Amino acid sequence: MLDPIILFFLLGLAAGLLRSELRLPAAVYELVSILLLLAIGLKGGIELSRQPLGQLVPQVLGVMAMGCVLTLAGFPVLRYLGRFKRADAASIAAHYGSVSVGTYAVALAYLAGRQVATEPQMPLLLAVLEIPAILVGILLARGLARDMRLGLVLHELFLGKAVVLLVGGLLIGWASGEGGLAPIAPLFFDLFKGILALFLLEMGLITASQVGSLRRHGIFLVAFGIAMPLAGAIVGAALGFWLGLSVGGTTMLATMAASASYIAVPAAMRISVPEANPAMSLAASLGVTFPFNVLLGIPIYHALAARVHVLLGG
Amino acid sequence: MNGHTRKLLTIVTEAAIEGILLEDLQRLGAHGYTITDARGRGARGVRNSAWEASGNIRVEVVCDAATAEKIIAHLHANYYANYAMILFVSDVVVLRPEKF
Repeated sequence: MLDPIILFFLLGLAAGLLRSELRLPAAVYELVSILLLLAIGLKGGIELSRQPLGQLVPQVLGVMAMGCVLTLAGFPVLRYLGRFKRADAASIAAHYGSVSVGTYAVALAYLAGRQVATEPQMPLLLAVLEIPAILVGILLARGLARDMRLGLVLHELFLGKAVVLLVGGLLIGWASGEGGLAPIAPLFFDLFKGILALFLLEMGLITASQVGSLRRHGIFLVAFGIAMPLAGAIVGAALGFWLGLSVGGTTMLATMAASASYIAVPAAMRISVPEANPAMSLAASLGVTFPFNVLLGIPIYHALAARVHVLLGG
Repeated sequence: MNGHTRKLLTIVTEAAIEGILLEDLQRLGAHGYTITDARGRGARGVRNSAWEASGNIRVEVVCDAATAEKIIAHLHANYYANYAMILFVSDVVVLRPEKF
């Protein structure tokens, strides 16, 4: 039986493909994504307040390295196998080296539904993974050009919506603890799945809008949009095990490695690598990878994480 | 009514570049601007404002003719090739010329 939130995604997808006039107002979508980001951050913050922070440093560094490696691995595949222009290959690779918060939220709900615990620091790692791929992607596209407006890009990166809300939520949750947050828990925690359902409805509509450009840009993007997350998940699962994460945490890290950004990276690439065609990277990350991860990928990554723990841990 | 003629520049472009565009406008001498969210259709397909990567904005600037020329030349040289952007100019009458 499919989780109902997945059915909301399929509803949005079907409505979009059939050209229904359904549309979430922009302000509602904005609010829904803010609630998701804060809820994820707060949840992690509460758990973090219960334990020492010492073991976080290697994990943060490991995840940053993973973001760079995934981008560097995707680039030559796109450039030489897919014959993309340098700027396009770099931009698409950066999308896949970064992370999708929507996919993360679905994986979180998937694991919660199966009573699988995850480490509290995962939201921090989520925020950390957003950034390195963007810097590597810009370097791959442009080298060290003078006119890249690095200051503005760094500002966008570290003060972008996702990072501010995730880290802010973590800090508020960490400072307040579970008791302190009890009065606002109904909005952020009890309603989490309902909010996620609305978010996925809109994501279905957005995914449907990518089908046209996907048709134009061909079969290679579809293949890449499925192969790259599978390869990324293996890297993420191995790293998760190596960093000592539980099966749940390993699943989350594999999902993060498999997911492709569609908010932070497109915005940064648009400014820093304007000659890259945004339609192609969005068609791949939204039109192929997001639905693949949500519908099929997350259960695969969960099984993969369990397998890795049995094989390497036994 | 004692009016003074100024240029109204209307720029419709991608929401993603709002930051750099506004920085440029101010550097080129615009004293102010007005931004509205926009959606529509053009050479780069339908642009819905549903989420930032495909959203549009409309930026309006009232300024004197010399500043308008500078802004137009700058946008033409730096933005037209890579961004979804249109720009049109009209004459408007303002009552407080010192503001623009």
